[in-house]
Amino acid sequence: MGLLNRLDDPYEGGGIVLGKIEDILNWGRSKSNWYLHFGLACCAIEFMAMNASHFDFMRFGTIPRTSPRQADFIMITGTVTFKMAERIKILYEQMAEPKYVISVGSCSNCGGPYWEHGYHVLKGVDKIIPVDVYIPGCPPRPEAFQEGMIKLQKKINEQAIFNKRKRLKKEQSDDNK
Amino acid sequence: MLTNEIFEKLKSEFGENILECNDQQPVDHFIVVKSEKLFEICHTLRDDDDFLFDYLMSLSGMDLNENLGVVYHLYSMKLKHKLVLKVMVPKTDPKTPSVERIWRTADWHEREAYDLMGIEFTGHHNLIRILCPYDWEGHPLRKDYQTPESYHGMKTSS
Amino acid sequence: MGELKRLDLEYNQLTSDKMRLNVGPQHPSTHGVLRLEVVVDGEIVTEVIPHLGYLHRSFEKYCEQMTYVQVIPYIDRMDYISAMNNEWVYVMGMEKLMGLKVSDKVEYIRVILAELNRIANHQIAVATFGLDAGAFTPFLYYFRDREHIIWVFEKLSGARLLYNYFRVGGLAADIYDGFKEDCLNIVKRVRKTNEELMDLLILNGIFIKRTANVGILPPDVAISYACSGPVLRGSGIKYDLRKDEPYSIYDRFDFDIPVGDGEVGVPGDCWNRNIVRVREMEQSCRIIEQALEQMDMEGDVKELVPRRVKPPAGEVYMRAENPKGDLGLYIVSDGTDKPERIKARGTSFVNLSVIPEISKGYMFADLILILGSIDIVLGEVDR
Repeated sequence: MGLLNRLDDPYEGGGIVLGKIEDILNWGRSKSNWYLHFGLACCAIEFMAMNASHFDFMRFGTIPRTSPRQADFIMITGTVTFKMAERIKILYEQMAEPKYVISVGSCSNCGGPYWEHGYHVLKGVDKIIPVDVYIPGCPPRPEAFQEGMIKLQKKINEQAIFNKRKRLKKEQSDDNK
Repeated sequence: MLTNEIFEKLKSEFGENILECNDQQPVDHFIVVKSEKLFEICHTLRDDDDFLFDYLMSLSGMDLNENLGVVYHLYSMKLKHKLVLKVMVPKTDPKTPSVERIWRTADWHEREAYDLMGIEFTGHHNLIRILCPYDWEGHPLRKDYQTPESYHGMKTSS
Repeated sequence: MGELKRLDLEYNQLTSDKMRLNVGPQHPSTHGVLRLEVVVDGEIVTEVIPHLGYLHRSFEKYCEQMTYVQVIPYIDRMDYISAMNNEWVYVMGMEKLMGLKVSDKVEYIRVILAELNRIANHQIAVATFGLDAGAFTPFLYYFRDREHIIWVFEKLSGARLLYNYFRVGGLAADIYDGFKEDCLNIVKRVRKTNEELMDLLILNGIFIKRTANVGILPPDVAISYACSGPVLRGSGIKYDLRKDEPYSIYDRFDFDIPVGDGEVGVPGDCWNRNIVRVREMEQSCRIIEQALEQMDMEGDVKELVPRRVKPPAGEVYMRAENPKGDLGLYIVSDGTDKPERIKARGTSFVNLSVIPEISKGYMFADLILILGSIDIVLGEVDR
């Protein structure tokens, strides 16, 4: 709501906000994230509780989509097995750019309790797709889901949209100095 | 009926196909039978008026180091008695008759035992893997199983 | 205009090209990661081939590597909706193997927790079944109530979903002050919501039209497939391990076993399977009330917990009435502190195997309902 608060203190004439287009676009993007829910195991039950009356995930502007093509981010909740891994990769590749990944729970972060002898468990979903936000816990509490969502919004808010390459080059040359 | 009574009755019918009856505490009592006549024995157990085991609770594959074993846990809904039946099969040629046509639930249980233990149930209509992927190698629950390095290019170890 | 002629064509005479559809493994209505390969003729399902294993987490291999105490968290993760009940089966089996007899207080607490978890499980089951039929409101109502049960569990064990609370010979911690009041409040809430839901969902005309006479499971088929729990009782068979083979202290309580009696539809259809769950919640409430009344608050719950769990060599097959049916654990011990083998007879695994049998000839949309009425959890199917 940061943008709207600035309207309370208008310039002469009122209703004027000075800012970068990028900020407005990012603000819109971060507050309306549609997601593809990839419910796999126990964490998906906590995610159901998250979606239900007490915690109400939709107030973050997130709407569940059943098709990867309409989704902005994918939520991997649960243990990723080898049989499932290829499907996750296919669905991830079908999503439109820009796309983000939230990995929920120890299992999809690193294999969780199944890291040692789990012959059929992939030890972390980041071995097949890039992950933006990791939510720890086995399973994470709904509060942790909220924290993860805020983290993702923050990340989107700070992203560059225009002249990405030019800026990236400049940053790199600054770093080299 | 108690396990030793069932044992006596089966012994009189099937003779030396019934190997032994273990009724020592604290274990669950069980009967060991030969695998050759297993289908007939199970058929009797289900249909004989004294047994009426119409409910197969569980079917488990076992790795007993030199042998493989299959354990059947039976229950009768009408007479409310239980029975544990065991079959041993050699590891070199792990074959035993399928009881899928007697208890329909055995279908998936046998597929699971085949998948994880590598026990082949002859006469099963569709004996394919059920839990592991269809192109998985080896039978994971065997004691000497070595986890493969990778599956479809994904590393299995962390 | 001439008389309109009726086309007297029977099913099978007018066949169209068969189509093969894939439902899942990632699909909101499959209750997890189940994949169904469905052959449809127009909109009528002619064959269903389930493909499992998308959540095969090598539970049985893990049991062979862990000590007996370390197995408990993995048991939790099998049927993660009713974790308390799962633990109880394992702990009871171990106590039987070791010849332990736990105190009355522990038994009462265990019964109360198991029944609370049964309510929580049935709430999810009925809520998602409503969701499958297109009713969203019950989902919100039931999850509001379920949260109160979860809070009690959280106060006891510190976790919201996977508790790791039961121990061989006792419990991990004693109950807190005010446990009794919390439980009674929950019972009150559950009854109130169920009363509302009867009008809103269960006896709703649309819901009855969708679910009655769909997916009929005859009793003999149910027994041959070794179904259990509400799936078996929905077919009209009065079989409940709490009554038929009373374990723990269930013989001290007065409760009924609801069965699907064909009040709406016929016994064995989706509606009857569902109503068994709704009525079981009421019976669980009764058990909780009686248990709270009879319970003695004095005593130590950790008194008998052994420092090292090392049962004698032997084997035991323990089963108990879980919310979804009877869960069986076959525990083989070789005298060391690690199990030789633990085989879990997953309730959902067995109940699910009936799907190809009962979904033939129904519409594709009904298949989702039939799946929802069986109430599976994939963690237990694949283990």
